[in-house]
Amino acid sequence: MINAVGRDIPDYLLTDGREVYQGRFAKDGRVIKRDSPACVVREKPTADKLVGTIREACEKCGVHDGMTISFHSEFRNGDYTASQVVKVLVEELGVRDLRVAATSLGDAHDLLADYIEQGIITHIESSGVRGRIGEAISHGKLKEPAIIRSHGGRPRAMMAGEVHVDVAFLAAATSDKAGNASGTGGKSNCGSLGFAIPDSQYADKVVVITDCLVDFPNVPASIKCEDVDYVVVVDQIGDPRRIASKEARFTQDPRELMMAERAADIIAALPYFTDGFSFQTGAGGPSLAVNRFLESHMREKGIKMGFALGGVTGAICNLMDKGLVGKILDTQDFDLTAIKHLEENPNHVEMSQSEYANPGSKGAYVNYLDYMVLSALEIDTKFNVNVITGSDGVVRGAPGGHPDTAASSKCCIIVTPLVRGRMATVCKDVTTVTTPGECVDVLVTDYGTAVNPARQDIIDCLDAAGIPHVSIESLQERAYAIVGEPDPLEWEDRVVAVVEARDGTILDVIRQIKPYSLDK
Amino acid sequence: MTKITRPRPSKDRLRRTMMFMNAQRPGLIKDAYIYGCDSIILDLEDAVAVNQKDAARFSLYHALTEVDYGDTEVIVRINGLDTEYWREDVRVCVAGGADGIRIAKCESADMVRQVEAAVEAAEREFGVEVGRTLLMAALESPLGIMNAYEICTASDRMLGCAISGGDFRQSMHVQIEPDGVEMQAARGQMLLAARAAGVQCLDTMYPNLDDEEGFRREVDLVARMGFDGKSVINPKQIAYIHERFAPTPKQIAHAEKIARSCRAQSEAGIGVYVVDGKMVDPPFYKEAERIIELAKKCGVYHGDL
Repeated sequence: MINAVGRDIPDYLLTDGREVYQGRFAKDGRVIKRDSPACVVREKPTADKLVGTIREACEKCGVHDGMTISFHSEFRNGDYTASQVVKVLVEELGVRDLRVAATSLGDAHDLLADYIEQGIITHIESSGVRGRIGEAISHGKLKEPAIIRSHGGRPRAMMAGEVHVDVAFLAAATSDKAGNASGTGGKSNCGSLGFAIPDSQYADKVVVITDCLVDFPNVPASIKCEDVDYVVVVDQIGDPRRIASKEARFTQDPRELMMAERAADIIAALPYFTDGFSFQTGAGGPSLAVNRFLESHMREKGIKMGFALGGVTGAICNLMDKGLVGKILDTQDFDLTAIKHLEENPNHVEMSQSEYANPGSKGAYVNYLDYMVLSALEIDTKFNVNVITGSDGVVRGAPGGHPDTAASSKCCIIVTPLVRGRMATVCKDVTTVTTPGECVDVLVTDYGTAVNPARQDIIDCLDAAGIPHVSIESLQERAYAIVGEPDPLEWEDRVVAVVEARDGTILDVIRQIKPYSLDK
Repeated sequence: MTKITRPRPSKDRLRRTMMFMNAQRPGLIKDAYIYGCDSIILDLEDAVAVNQKDAARFSLYHALTEVDYGDTEVIVRINGLDTEYWREDVRVCVAGGADGIRIAKCESADMVRQVEAAVEAAEREFGVEVGRTLLMAALESPLGIMNAYEICTASDRMLGCAISGGDFRQSMHVQIEPDGVEMQAARGQMLLAARAAGVQCLDTMYPNLDDEEGFRREVDLVARMGFDGKSVINPKQIAYIHERFAPTPKQIAHAEKIARSCRAQSEAGIGVYVVDGKMVDPPFYKEAERIIELAKKCGVYHGDL
């Protein structure tokens, strides 16, 4: 069946009430009955929930073939937990047909790729799929299609019971003996634990894993002791050098600076740019640099940002320290400045993944977002964005909050160079739709700006401000004139991953890639 | 036969910013126009190592013939006349259809005439319209400055002259100074010569990319002195120069007032009169017209004159 973004979704996927994507707010107003975790009641005065090893925690939680386990990705490439736990389950306890539901999986998880290759891990549900796991999925190594969800789509699916986690293994920088856990105050800090919070509330069993046990009660806590079954203390939960980087300097690349400046000019030219406006940006070079140019616009107009949202970098913390930002609502911290800032500044607060972006809730913070600045791997002439498959068709990215913030913000600006090496970023059709074009309002490239024709109001504002813009088709033609038109990718029929829209419908599918051959 | 796709070069076009780029770097020069400088100077001289001169010419020719630079002017800085490279540089520039050639280390009218002869020969060789390719002189020594007027008037192709600070300061035994005093005499003398010759006068690049304050000070200085533009070495230097060299709204409003009143006064047969308490006579009128023309070229004029 062809869905609202023109993608052909195989009928065999449309079982158990699964529907195709029908549009941006098609599911607004529906009623969801929230799923509930099985909860083992503890009434006795309990000394603690400490167990000696990950293995012991697994045994106490009860393991079985076909179980679903979850992890959070706040420790990014420095994460040890997912690999440690899966190794125990597979090697020591012999669990097979393992199903992994993580907020993201990447370069830290090559071991999981091995188990996918061996047919031991048979299912993946995740936002990001990078590194070797992405390769394994794209080569058809999973028994059933992986499910790619946005940051908002994941807690929605948990809430709706579409994914039910048997055991959540949640790494934390600190925990007390009862499981009050936090991302700060330890030796391997990640800052916000926002991604882990829905797991702690919806999984049947919750195991907190830490390398820094602190006195009870460890409050304020991100993960609450009432939700935690067991606590394990290990030597090291992650590699601090790979959890967070030093604060990234603003880019010095004149091309990126030019795009960032233009994006800031557009923000300042729209009617939402008033005192108390809200703003979110990605952590990539040009997106991050928008912060710098925004500062001068705010000072010029004498206004302040009401709140900033999402993944946090030192750049936005610095703006707050200069008195230009009211609150920061934080789902993850990209650098050491941001982690420290979260610890020390009362106006910089943690936010759960569900509060942030869940379209199955009674209203997530993204619904109150004025501006979202994002990047793209590809954007097509219908403004559809791909941030998940590379030019070779292999899964190597993460929608993250992209579809959520684009759909719910008042103005979504994509900032991306027109071409990357030999690849056209602005193209006729994206390989995979991860964010529907109807949610994307403005495209800023190094060769010019294009506005979604559906947003005549924005076009009028840019005209009034003297900001030049062109059609997205002309940008695409320009890109093809420079690097040529790519041959279409070749696929097998088999679907290896389902890209779920944030409301749970099917936005697109990713098929198994056909090995490239010179013989035609 | 060469097919020239670029529009015919214009001697008196806007040249607020002329951005230097190494002609050997395809990644840089393929789309250097996106930053909005008025001219691009593709460099075959100092930026290119001696054993890479050939490679740079190939890269240059390909760019000139394949990249659509739109209305951004494309000038090529050729190697010095004391080298074995410059004649071949000229042939490549002309064959590729460059808008103009910047003569490095120019010290005499005779050097301009040597290049002109080579350019004309190349135009005939490649079937390019004779006289199409413009010339400009980089004055890099005291001798060049002393001969500025003769240099600027040595050929009809001359669009202007530019001072080159690095070599000039070295030959004067001075360093860059915050107030520009070390180049004051040279800048002034070159300006007089260029204006006397009726060609454009362009300032040197500011080398310290991280010193925004020093950069702005130098731009302010040369704008007040009467330069037409300035070389740049990084796109981030473009915006301020364009801002500083464009007439201000106040200047434009005043110019409009003078232009309008002058039309009315001359119809009434009056020569000298007073606007806003200041005497106005024909030179003011010419200056007002120039300001409005410049504002139009800079894209900041929204009136109806």
